[in-house]
Amino acid sequence: MHELALCAALRDAVLRIAADRNARSVSSVRLLIGPLSGVDGDALSRAYPLACAGTACADATLLIEPAPVRVHCGGCGALTDAQPQKLACADCGSLETTIVSGDEMLISSVELLFGERDV
Amino acid sequence: MCKTCGCGIPAGHAHAAIEPSRTETVRVMQSLLHRNDAAAARNRALFNASGTLVLNLMSSPGSGKTALLEATIDSMKDELRIAVIEGDLETERDAERIRARGVPAVQITTGTACHLDAEMVRGALRDLALDGIDILFIENVGNLVCPASFDLGQHFNVTLLAATEGDDKPAKYPVIFRAADLVLITKTDLLPVLDDFDPARAEAFLRGVASRVPLLQLSARKGMGLQAWFDWLRARRIGIGRTAKNFSYRPHEPTAESAASGN
Repeated sequence: MHELALCAALRDAVLRIAADRNARSVSSVRLLIGPLSGVDGDALSRAYPLACAGTACADATLLIEPAPVRVHCGGCGALTDAQPQKLACADCGSLETTIVSGDEMLISSVELLFGERDV
Repeated sequence: MCKTCGCGIPAGHAHAAIEPSRTETVRVMQSLLHRNDAAAARNRALFNASGTLVLNLMSSPGSGKTALLEATIDSMKDELRIAVIEGDLETERDAERIRARGVPAVQITTGTACHLDAEMVRGALRDLALDGIDILFIENVGNLVCPASFDLGQHFNVTLLAATEGDDKPAKYPVIFRAADLVLITKTDLLPVLDDFDPARAEAFLRGVASRVPLLQLSARKGMGLQAWFDWLRARRIGIGRTAKNFSYRPHEPTAESAASGN
């Protein structure tokens, strides 16, 4: 359960992006989270409002897009879907695979709100 | 009348201009752990500069991390200058056990945090003279989940799996076993009385998460299988002397495909 620590890091990164662009507030934050990142999306969603309370991202919607687990087979070269606990090639069954997707823990985009105030 | 705001004051006075509301989507593609990863990179640069091999030991609580370090220190302290950073929620007990073996140890007590992070390790480094250390072991908080996500600046991860824990742990906790550069099955002296732990099955589960790293079996308390562990350490030590300047490790870098499909 390190999701609160992750949300604090997320909040700081998002606030920095908003401040760099002189945004008034943040309206949404989109994440890409793979099951092999070790992050639990539901726990992240629950921790997020606590970490962001009272800041420019307090009203931002958190959108978590799950990344599929996909592996590239070193044996037959196929690119296939896999399970987090069984990363075998779906075509030939080989375990000589490398992950191409599924371990992401990324801020993919943020939507910033500008204006509606005196300048 | 003022033509801008329609007030009775003649033209030329100051106006509070109103900027219309608008939104803008900014593509980021940055790790949630960007800040930790940057701190870890700074730690790694320090380790490389001093030629110190740094290993991050991860496992459940009670799987024998400290006992392994005690046995390692007893056998190797005349050959290599060893130091230890201990991570626990509370107490100095583990650091005291290490110091009793005659090597420096710094205890990090995290309070409630379930893992070490790169900033905590940086803080502990203030109490260690890296130039005089060949191998630094970081004993992470006992936990099979969270420590895997936080790069500390180490060169290699070692994940321990005690024979008392169950041989299917690599399938249940794929993240921490996938992060390992070496997996150690510990407490193997107990295998004769543990009829539900099969090392071959543990290895099959480990291979199932596409890990091809070495898996060693040992018992620190009974001195079984330690030689292969010492040999692995010596080989990494030689490697670090040769490659330290260029060593990089980026567990959270986005892959090309995830970057392309992320938005």
